Amino acid sequence: MQVTLKILRYNPEKDAQPHYERYSLDAEPTDRILDVLEKIKAYQDGTLTFRRSCAHGICGSCAMRINGRNRLACKTLLQTLDTSKEITIEPILGLPKVKDLVVDMTVFFENYRKVMPYFINDEPLPEDGRERLQSPEERERFDDTTKCILCGACTTACPTFWGDNQYLGPSAIVNAHRFIFDSRDRGAAERLKILAGNNGVFRCRTAFNCTEACPREIKITKAIAEVKRAILTGRLD
Amino acid sequence: MSIKTHQFEVVIVGGGGAGLMAALYASKGASTAVISKLYPSRSHTGAAQGGISAAIGNLEEDHPEWHTYDTVKGSDYLGDQDAIEFMCYKAPELIYELEHMGLPFDRTKEGRILQRPFGGHTNNKTGKPVRRACHAADRTGHMILQTLYQQCIKNNVNFFDEFQVLDLIMVNGKAAGVVAIELATGDIHVFHAKAVIITTGGWGRMWEITSNAYAYTGDGAAMVLRKGLPLQDMEFFQFHPTGIYKLGILITEGVRGEGGVLINDKGERFMEKYAPTVKDLASRDVVSRAMYIEMKEGRGINGQRYLYLDVRPETVNKYAKIDGRTNPDGTPYQVTGEEILHKLPDIIDFCKTYLGIDPIKEPMPVQPTAHYAMGGIPTNVKTEVLSDEKGTVVPGLYAAGETACVSVHGANRLGTNSLLDLVVFGKEAGIHAAEYARGAEFAPLPDDAADFARAQLDSIRNSKGNERVADIAAEMKQVMMDKVGVFRVEEGMQEALDKIRELKERFKHIHIDDTGKVFNTDLLTAWEVSNLLDLAEITTASALARKESRGAHSRDDYPKRDDQNWLKHTLAWARGDGDIELRYKPVVITKYEPKERVY
Repeated sequence: MQVTLKILRYNPEKDAQPHYERYSLDAEPTDRILDVLEKIKAYQDGTLTFRRSCAHGICGSCAMRINGRNRLACKTLLQTLDTSKEITIEPILGLPKVKDLVVDMTVFFENYRKVMPYFINDEPLPEDGRERLQSPEERERFDDTTKCILCGACTTACPTFWGDNQYLGPSAIVNAHRFIFDSRDRGAAERLKILAGNNGVFRCRTAFNCTEACPREIKITKAIAEVKRAILTGRLD
Repeated sequence: MSIKTHQFEVVIVGGGGAGLMAALYASKGASTAVISKLYPSRSHTGAAQGGISAAIGNLEEDHPEWHTYDTVKGSDYLGDQDAIEFMCYKAPELIYELEHMGLPFDRTKEGRILQRPFGGHTNNKTGKPVRRACHAADRTGHMILQTLYQQCIKNNVNFFDEFQVLDLIMVNGKAAGVVAIELATGDIHVFHAKAVIITTGGWGRMWEITSNAYAYTGDGAAMVLRKGLPLQDMEFFQFHPTGIYKLGILITEGVRGEGGVLINDKGERFMEKYAPTVKDLASRDVVSRAMYIEMKEGRGINGQRYLYLDVRPETVNKYAKIDGRTNPDGTPYQVTGEEILHKLPDIIDFCKTYLGIDPIKEPMPVQPTAHYAMGGIPTNVKTEVLSDEKGTVVPGLYAAGETACVSVHGANRLGTNSLLDLVVFGKEAGIHAAEYARGAEFAPLPDDAADFARAQLDSIRNSKGNERVADIAAEMKQVMMDKVGVFRVEEGMQEALDKIRELKERFKHIHIDDTGKVFNTDLLTAWEVSNLLDLAEITTASALARKESRGAHSRDDYPKRDDQNWLKHTLAWARGDGDIELRYKPVVITKYEPKERVY
């Protein structure tokens, strides 16, 4: 079948402003948007620039706006879109444009680092040198937020983040949640203090954009609500 | 063009599991930087699914000695037994170390790390599958990558993200740094170092059907090869039995560990013919070959080039009963759809997304997919890179993970041993490189340190021919898949070698569209294809020379393993203009004399 992609192009070495370009080509209904972009780059226009790596939704490189929604290009099949119309492809919002679909992820990763996204427990290890114990129920408590691949689809779908990228954003909160609710971790109090601050969870307006955007189907709004509750109640249940 | 210079005692090329583990340890004793062409969290370690093995015996009796023997046998006796023993005995402490770093392993009801069976891992007394693979659902690699990245952040490791390393700087035969291009600006950077660790992963993108990421183009191995150093055992490349039909996306062996079975067009569970004891949990080379034979003899599904992987609860329960499979408490093994969903959530998601099917209700169409490089940059157990068959060390140069060949995988890797390899030897690399750096001086950098890297890029940028890089890449992938895949013969491999050389010639006449500086992926993709071509040539030449069948190298014209003549490692040098020099070195055998391999 024939498809047409309308892609927002921007080359800082040539263009004053971003502009759209259209590409038409033959494709299969089962092709991913990433496959289509690869074909365009290979045979029509090698200057088209985007990030990609694993091509099956696990590395988080290819988050972009597809018909106005944040998706991974490698997890979006043509047959799930209306291909009788042009498909609009744009970079994710709220981060500086570098070139075409590539944005500068610096602020995104800075926000991630601010929530202490690492395991903290300075207590002595088990004397036998083996694992710390954790029940399957305790492990299940934070399972959902361990799935995050740091693609940025959630944070760059968030209206609060669009307005001010100093807001930590859903992805950073998800990664804080992963540790706050891990029964083995001891850094919750410090993280909750950061998340209670001016750029923390209370700037979330519960727009649900993040949850809709997440390619890993993490219940992000729920995770944010749990963090808010932990701050307000001082309890981690 | 200005060149930016940095100085670190240890520079690590690649930010996957091996690189990050090396960084954690190197940074304890030396100034350290990780240079990665991706954000480290995007690395391909994150795609590993089913587990990481260690004989911690949380569910049943197990011993590092059994793990060692299984790995030796899995390697078809080509793995070096000292290295394998080292890895398997280190495994338990590394698993606990990862847990202490916060890795969220699944748990037993006692709160210990949960383990599942995997191909080729057995109870050495009964020969039956043993639960040895520690896992976090079916995203174990993701959790290892995330945990190591998090710990690197905690320990203030220096990162240079989205910098493509192009060349290794050698001064008087010692590693002295690397040259890289910063993607965002196109600027060239020189990283002056006392020690360099290469952890750049594999090169599955050489084949048409692969589970590997686009990034898996063998950059580090190709870079080393161009420095006049050899690559080891390149003819051994693993085809994982279960890739999604046509797409190659990995479906973890953990599916079979949880009781899934392979089924042919006649509805037969055909693996019982090929591996009567462990059946669907035989080594990957054995299973992939069996699948090819089934398809060749017309038992592919609807006569096509795929088979079914069936993990529907009714199928799992039927065969679990036939096999007499039990839970650790001795009760019969039975599963529900709910339990399968919980253990294999990503697999279910992949199938729904890419195939539109629910594996709990329908079988999955699968075919073997190019998956893992057993060969690579030769190293010793200390991860020091070796320059010849005598074991001469290249001072200051280290390699670990998939890009290295220690060799712990020999002719065929067991599932879950790749994650183990990268944490065990990543750690060794970090420790030894930092130790070396403490006793070494920075070698004075030559003025022309960046010239070769720039010349490579300029020759691509300024090439004014008519060839499209994508055509060259597609033809390479096709010929490697058809002629240097699961089954091989002399004529086919010669044809492939001729084709690769033709493609290398045509590569001199490419043209690319993007001549800019900022984020020029057109340029770097072309450079990556040149790496794949160099490695394809070495792979094929090494394979042509090996006149036997062993592990993943399976020849119709030499169907038997030949220990008399071929119980040895291949070392291959590229001497320029298609001149490939092959030499050999003996396999290290300590306890286990080669014998016939039966599963």
